[in-house]
Formats: sequence, C-alpha cells, structure tokens
Amino acid sequence: MLRFIARRLLETIPVLLIVVTATFFMIRFVPGGPFTAEKAVSPEILRNLEAHYGLNQPLHRQYLSYLGSLLRGDLGPSFKYPNRTVNEIIADKLPVSLELGSLSLAVALLAGLPLGLLAALRRNTWLDYVCSSVSMIGLCVPTFVLGPLLVLACAIHFGWVNASGWYYPSDRILPCLTLGCVYAAYIARLTRGGMLEVLGQDYIRTARAKGASEARVVFHHALRGGLLPVVSFLGPAIAGILTGSFVIETIFQIPGLGREFVNSAFSRDYTLILGTVLLYAVFLVVLNLAVDIAQVWLNPRLKFE
Amino acid sequence: MSHLPARSLRALAALGLLAALALAPGCARRDRPVESGNRDQILHRGLGHDLAGLDPHLATQAGDYDVLSALLEGLVAEDPVDLHPVPGVAERWEISADQLTYTFTLRANARWSNGDPVTATDFVQSWRRMLTPSLGADNAQLLFLLQGAQAFHQGQASFAQVGVVAPDAHTLRVTLEHPAPYFLAMLNHPAWFPVHLPTIQRYGDVADRANPWAEPGRFVGNGPFNLVSWRSGQEIVVTKSTTYWDAAQVRLQGIHFHAIDSVDAEERAFRAGQLHVTSALPPDKIATYRRDNPQFLRIDPLLATYFYRLNVTQPFLNDARVRRALALAVDREALVAKILRGGQRPAYAFTPPGTAGYTSAAALPTDFTGARRLLTEAGYPGGRGLPPFELLFNSSETHRVIAEAIQEMWRRELGIEVRLVNQELKGTLEARRAGHFQILRSVWNGDYVDPSSFLDIWRTGSGNNYTGWSSPAYDSLLFEAARTTDAARRDGLFQQAEALLLEDAPLIPIYHYTHVFLLQPSVQGWYPTLLDHHPYKQVWLQL
Repeated sequence: MLRFIARRLLETIPVLLIVVTATFFMIRFVPGGPFTAEKAVSPEILRNLEAHYGLNQPLHRQYLSYLGSLLRGDLGPSFKYPNRTVNEIIADKLPVSLELGSLSLAVALLAGLPLGLLAALRRNTWLDYVCSSVSMIGLCVPTFVLGPLLVLACAIHFGWVNASGWYYPSDRILPCLTLGCVYAAYIARLTRGGMLEVLGQDYIRTARAKGASEARVVFHHALRGGLLPVVSFLGPAIAGILTGSFVIETIFQIPGLGREFVNSAFSRDYTLILGTVLLYAVFLVVLNLAVDIAQVWLNPRLKFE
Repeated sequence: MSHLPARSLRALAALGLLAALALAPGCARRDRPVESGNRDQILHRGLGHDLAGLDPHLATQAGDYDVLSALLEGLVAEDPVDLHPVPGVAERWEISADQLTYTFTLRANARWSNGDPVTATDFVQSWRRMLTPSLGADNAQLLFLLQGAQAFHQGQASFAQVGVVAPDAHTLRVTLEHPAPYFLAMLNHPAWFPVHLPTIQRYGDVADRANPWAEPGRFVGNGPFNLVSWRSGQEIVVTKSTTYWDAAQVRLQGIHFHAIDSVDAEERAFRAGQLHVTSALPPDKIATYRRDNPQFLRIDPLLATYFYRLNVTQPFLNDARVRRALALAVDREALVAKILRGGQRPAYAFTPPGTAGYTSAAALPTDFTGARRLLTEAGYPGGRGLPPFELLFNSSETHRVIAEAIQEMWRRELGIEVRLVNQELKGTLEARRAGHFQILRSVWNGDYVDPSSFLDIWRTGSGNNYTGWSSPAYDSLLFEAARTTDAARRDGLFQQAEALLLEDAPLIPIYHYTHVFLLQPSVQGWYPTLLDHHPYKQVWLQL
C-alpha cells in the first residue's frame, strides 16, 4: 500500500506541472492585465509597476522564475493587494474555507446518510417517497435561492442570527446548512442507490439465511458496499467544498478562499490565480488518492495495484 | 422487502434530530448591531468591495476614501454639507495674487496617533514619496499640479525643483504649475494625505509598494480615528482617536466598515439590522423601498456621467454628422424615467450641471428630426448605406437594458442597426486601450468638483480620451482656462470648450449618476454630497 501511495504521489508531479504551466500561459493570453483600470494609469507609472513585478521580462523568463520561487514554496506577491503575498492570503483565507467546508460536510453526511438509508430500507413506502422528495428538492433548489430564503426567515424575520458575516459561532449556521443541504441531497440519493443495489445481492441473502439480525445485515454487511458510490463522489466534492464556495461566501459575506479564487480571475491577479488553482489541484489529487484507498478498504474485490 | 427493528429506526431518527438540534439557533432575539451601535455611537458602514490596502498613496478605488478619511487628515478638511474646504491640519492659508503660491500654517496641536506632532516636513516627505517612480502610485498624476512634479516623477528633475517647501515646522509653501481654483478641494484626495514616514521606514523602504506598514498594530495616522483591526474580506474596525486635535468634536466612538461584495447580501444585512449605511442598493429594489420603506432610501446626486465613447477613427463614425445623429436620437428622459428609475438626471452635456457653479450652455438634446436630417446630409437617409455598428459594454444587467433601449431607438428613429456585444470588465478596458471598439459604454467620475475634472479627459494626449478625437482649438481653450485667474473668464473658456466637444460629439452623454443607498434614520450629519464624502467628525447616531 505504501508503494501504491508513493507511486501515485510521484505521478502527481507532472500533473501539477501541467496545471501550473497551462494556467500560467492561459491567464497571460486573456485580454486586460492587473493594472488595467477604469481610469488610465500613465505610461511611466505602468512601466514602474511592470518593473516592480517583473512583468517587463520575457514571458518564458517570468515562467521560469515563477517555477523557481514555487520550488522554494513562495507563491509570489499579489498584484491586487500591494503589501500581501499569495502565501499570506491563502494562510489567511484557507482556514475559513476549511471550517465552512468541514462543517457543511458534517451537515451533508449527518443528513444525507440517514435519509438515503431510510429511503433504501423502506423502499416504495411513504418514508421512501418523503426522503427521496426531500433530496430531490435539495438537488433542485440552488444555493443562491436557499441561502437568501434562510436569511429572510432566520436573520431578518426572527433575528436569531446575522444575515451575513463570519463573526460569531452562530454565523456558521446558515452558510453550513445551505451548503450542506446540497451535498446532503447528493449523498442521500447515492446512498439509496448504492444500498438498494447491495441489498439485492446474494451475500446479503446468505447473511439473512444464516440468521443475522437486520441491523447486522444493514450496518455490518451492506453498508460497506452500499457506500461505495458515496465515497467516490466525496473525493472531488470535498476538494471543492474545502477550497471554498464562491456562491456561499458571497451570499453570506464569508472571508474565505472561494471569493478570492473567483475575484482574482476578474482582477487578473496572476499570482493569486496560480496559487489558488495550484492549491485546488493539490487538494483534488490528494483526495482522489484518499478515495482510491478507501475504495480498496471498502471493496474486497479491489487491490492496490 | 427487509424490515429493520423499530429500535434501529428510532436510533436513526434520533441521530437526525440530534443533528438538527446541534445546528438550531438559540431562540432568543439578539441585540442587533445597529441598535447597540446607536447606543454606543458605533457606526456600521457597508463598504462594497474590500480595500486592497490602507496605504493612502496606493489607494485606487472609490471606496478607499471612506476608510482612509477616518484614519488620516489632509491640510484641509471638508464641510459636511457642500464639501467646501475648511481648516484641517492647516489652520489657515494664504493664496498669492497670481494664485500660484499657497502658504499653509499648520496647527501646533495636530498629532499623529503615536503622539508625534504633524509637521510641514511630513507633508513634503509624503508628497515626495507619492511622486517617487518606484512606488508606482496610480494617482501620482494628481500631484502634477505641483510645479516641477511631473519632471521629478519622470526623472528629469530633482525633488528640490518641486514646488513644495517647509520653511519651518508649521509652515508649508506650495507653488503650483498653473492657477487651480480646485487645488484646496483636491487636497482631500488620499493621494495628498500625509503619511508617517518614520513608521514606514521601520518596515522597509519608503517607496516600496510591498512595504507592510499599513496594517493594524503598525499604522500611524493623524485622523479622527485609529485603526484597530482589519479582517480581510470582512471588516475594518476603527476607534475614536485621543490624539486628534479636534477630538472634542468627534461624537462617534468607532466605525465598523463591512466589506460586502454583493449588493444583495448588503441589502439583507441592512434589513437584519447589521448596517447603518449601505454602499449601494440593487436597482430592482428601489421601487419597493420607495413604496414600503421610504425612510431608509436615499438618492443623492453624484459627480459622475454615464456615456458612450464613439471611436472617431472608425469608418462612418469618423463623420461628425453621423456621431451627432446618434447622440441626438437617444431619448434620455425615457431611459431615466422608465429604466433606471433611481433619480438619475438625463445628460445633455458631459460635465454634470452645477459642477462648481458651471453648467454647460451647449447641449446634445433629444431631437429625432434633427438626427434624421443630419444622417441625410451625411449621405445615409433612413440609415441606408450604414453597416451595423457594434456597441460594446461590460457585462451587467443595467448596461444591457440601457444598450437594448438605445439599440431600439436608433433602429426605430434612424434605421441604424446596432449589434450588442458584452465582455467582462477587463476585456472591455483592454478593447478600449487598443481602440478595438466602435461604440463603448463608459463612465467618468470626477476626482474633484470642477469642470476641468471632466473636460480634461478629452484633451489630445490625455490618457483617458480613447476615442481618437483631437482638437487643437479645444486643447488651447483648456490650456488658457488653466492659466487664467479670472473666474468668469475661466467659466467662459470651459463653455466654449464643451460646446466644441459636443458639436464634434466623440461621445454620447446619457445620464448623470445618482448614489442610491440605504441609511438608518438614526444616522445624523449624513448630507447628500457630490463626491459621496461624509466627514465622520460631524456624523453621530441618534438613539
């Protein structure tokens, strides 16, 4: 297994290099630069700015020097925030996104798994219909509708919590519910589907025939296999949820990385775009690896190869 | 069909309930920030986008002033009602007869937040920093009004040749390149604010953009408030300064600036009692507020013009008659009344009427018949012979509906077809720079209240013209206006210049902006001002 992990990690190096290279050159070919503004900057000031950030160098030299500093773990200075580095911005914003992400994930799992299980175990009963309808609604209602609706009710009408911000522990409730609900809906549907498939298989019938209790059949024998689709969904989902959700962070004014990620593209903050893309790529690679490991652990038919 | 024992089902249900309970909020209604703010004199202000930094010399966004004016004070301050210059760090000033030399006397009790006195040398060194090329300050050009400043900035002169000296600690003598009645008002722009040089030096080179001095715990200011904390993307907190010379007048105990990118989220925060003032209001909510909650709605005039640039280097648009015809065939009244509905004024000239007492006599009125006649004269009766034009705007719902309305007016009245193209903002700005447009949606915000702030952009060689239009007669009128000390003559020269501009029509003025926002009735001293400036010294909260 260690060899498997080591090999997979080695394989990620060229992947990340391709991501960095493609991003680096693509953003340079987008019209407009970091200093393009509504009010013109005089040519001499523009020259000074470009010299300061090394943008007056040939592109290939800028690329090599970026790779050089990347090797030292330095993601460079931000163009938009004159006295901040990309490392500082990520260190500042990532923890917020991680907190939002992990709480939402907890909501998603705590709500989605029981809903899916109930629906599968009470298939074609009113309970199944209720659970399936709830998760269907969760899938269909976008976060930018659910979020403001929750704000209208809980913040504006009842005054229980703030409408926006990330100041008090109570400020976590609405954003995490909103983001969690969407993922809960996915998880519920995947759990239901996975469980139904597994519950119909021979080994479950064998377990029942041998007199295993229903709880033992469900939680011991079926759940492991039934969760496989959920696990493969969770890899990329967690990467997305942890690196920040632009929509949720905008609706609730949360100082997370998702807002920076999107806004950096609009402001052509080249280094911040690269830094956030790279971070997202790393998350994605690592979590996909974790999914593969989990799948082998859950599914006896798979091996580390 | 399998059946779970009821026990397991109950356990599952209990788990779900537990999860719901863990996340359920307490039911007690809390004290909202606006209520506690009114009690404690803490103002909660929506900021729109977060600031990129707190270094006044690197400030580029309109919202920067809202925070920086709490932390720093220039030589002059502003009257809260009409923004006319009132004593700030300078307690008085004298202007020479030729209006070129200003001698400021600084008050002895002006202090930095660390207790140091604010001296004339602070201003000299601050302006030197602002003009130093390596700082790369976007607004360095505003200081080119100082004699010799442009040459210094371009490396052609030493700083000794720049027109600012400090004969003693409390006297500052400034020499201008040409007379400028707006000079005192301009001193309120962050580019002219003083900075505490010893503090900046402590954290690196004075003229290094990346110098991290402007952070909580380091920032030293001389304004009515001190920086307490800054949570990036969230809020900036300032508290009343005890070292400020006029602290006795300051009634607010603190200000919380909330960075809320989304205007919809900001409006919800206002309704939830988190904000006293918002930075804006979504246009689709204006009607509802006007009907249901007019006590919160504020519509203030703003020194800004919405207009279309016409690229005069393009075929067909290089004919002034075609350009004028396009300009005359825009029904601005209808746009303002039916589409915008935010109290905007239709624009028939470029400079907003009443800017420092100036209102353009010349105008580009709505005149469909005249427009058709001009097109016929140009050889395109009923629009025949004209290819479809392209109208470029940055993606936004408001720009789109305006463009669609104008597209329809031109089609109906002139028989001209227009294709609408939208791009994301930086894309349109790049097209503007490269001249790759025919008709381009644009905006101009005045930096200071004077017609020159508007008319200057159409000079030949101005970095903000972009239309390819150039008129030696226009240039010389502005040159003359900048060098006259007689107010009436100056006004007359601006009238002639604007008449010439509108005659040639490299632009189509559409409307003059208003600032539409929400304000709690408890906020006092928040007057409608053209630059959306509200000196915090005179602001307070009524219980």
